[in-house]
Amino acid sequence: MSIALSAPDISRALKRISHEILEANTSSDQIVLLGIPTRGAHLALRIAANMSSLAGHTIPVGMLDITMHRDDLRMRPPRPIMPTSIPDSGIQGRDLVLIDDVLFSGRTIRAGLDALGEIGRPHTVQLAVLIDRGHRELPIRADFVGKNLPTSIAQSVKVHLNEVDGIDEVLIEES
Amino acid sequence: MRHLLSISDLTKVQALSILDTATELARVSDGAVKKLPTLRGRTIVNLFVEDSTRTRISFEAAAKRLSADVINFSAKGSSLSKGESLKDTALTLQAMGADAVVIRHGASGAPQRLADSDWMRGSVINAGDGTHEHPSQALLDAFTIRKHCVKGGNDLVGVRVAIVGDILHSRVARSNVLLLNLLGASVTLVAPPTLLPVGVESWPVKISYDLDKVIGSVDVVMMLRVQQERMNDLFFPNAREYSRYFGLNADRLRLMSHNSIVMHPGPMNRGLEIAAEVADSARSVIVEQVANGVSVRMAILYVLLAGGPLEAGVK
Repeated sequence: MSIALSAPDISRALKRISHEILEANTSSDQIVLLGIPTRGAHLALRIAANMSSLAGHTIPVGMLDITMHRDDLRMRPPRPIMPTSIPDSGIQGRDLVLIDDVLFSGRTIRAGLDALGEIGRPHTVQLAVLIDRGHRELPIRADFVGKNLPTSIAQSVKVHLNEVDGIDEVLIEES
Repeated sequence: MRHLLSISDLTKVQALSILDTATELARVSDGAVKKLPTLRGRTIVNLFVEDSTRTRISFEAAAKRLSADVINFSAKGSSLSKGESLKDTALTLQAMGADAVVIRHGASGAPQRLADSDWMRGSVINAGDGTHEHPSQALLDAFTIRKHCVKGGNDLVGVRVAIVGDILHSRVARSNVLLLNLLGASVTLVAPPTLLPVGVESWPVKISYDLDKVIGSVDVVMMLRVQQERMNDLFFPNAREYSRYFGLNADRLRLMSHNSIVMHPGPMNRGLEIAAEVADSARSVIVEQVANGVSVRMAILYVLLAGGPLEAGVK
């Protein structure tokens, strides 16, 4: 087991992502952030706080549970459904940024895109992740990446966040 | 969890997870698109050997909102009325590839028999068996009570519930007593002694024969239907007397405490156990129970059918 990112690394990566999202979207009042529970939702809140202070106005943030849209539900034991909360502004016509902790096969994000279809039609959908560990199984890429971590398929990447785990760190475990 | 046969098979954690799942799924029913792809390609058979309106439609709506294929099968108009046995019916359903059977049967234990047999491999969901249990009704009642009577906390600790009427013939009462007790509510049964089952003293409940003494001190009054179709004996002198002592009328409604609610699993005998003006009053959540039923049954189908087997590898 090795530490890939420490707490200051995570904080710097999230600050950079916040800047990059604002840079890529010229009208910051159109941006909506949606985190994918559990840890993606906490990352979204942190990025929204960063962006709100940079932009000088509140950036709407919510969370989107994608469980019901997964294509691998039957390959695993039943999963609990997590809460979904969409900001009052809605997502119709907005520049929407999905936020997750680790980008791996891309299947979570595919499910996320399907889940969005139920709620509305954003103008654009972008993707921000803390870790991109490769091994994509679908044609999906991230627009904003905290860190590219080349891993072997046998390894597992664990993101721990203060809000959930009491510590900020990213670990690579050999299995 | 493969089957849902009885509340007694559930742990508190499992029961709460069904209620929490239902809370999240309720927003699907509220949303513009009332459909999720989760159970696409799975077949659910509604096997209703005994009549039902609410439960069958509710399970059908729940299955359809999760994109499952639904086959409705009722005793009338099927080979069951020609005397086909449960076993042969089950073998037929298995041959057609049913992933789950929602069964309502007049004989207590019929769902258990189906689940224990090797007649079919799918999940069995008890939608009411004789005078035994009706677990999905109890779960939707608990969901409704939690929504109205609990502030903070996710179980029902501290909630006082009176279940009034024909306890003897009521599978709803049996399932509700088990579930409400599991979730920490305190339950009082109110009925004439003739409509209480043998051995009720051993249930985890208080018992009263006087509705007026109980009604002011509970948060929930759950009225039960007088099940005349199951009454092959004289259980009370006449309907008027029953209604006067155990019916919920406008006078008793005024005795109820502030913020308390009136529930009824339906179908109602208006004028017998519940007066029309009570059923239609602001305290009544009877119509809401039906709406909640769809969310809760979606949660049940999700928990039983969406995941793979527990031994499946976790990546």
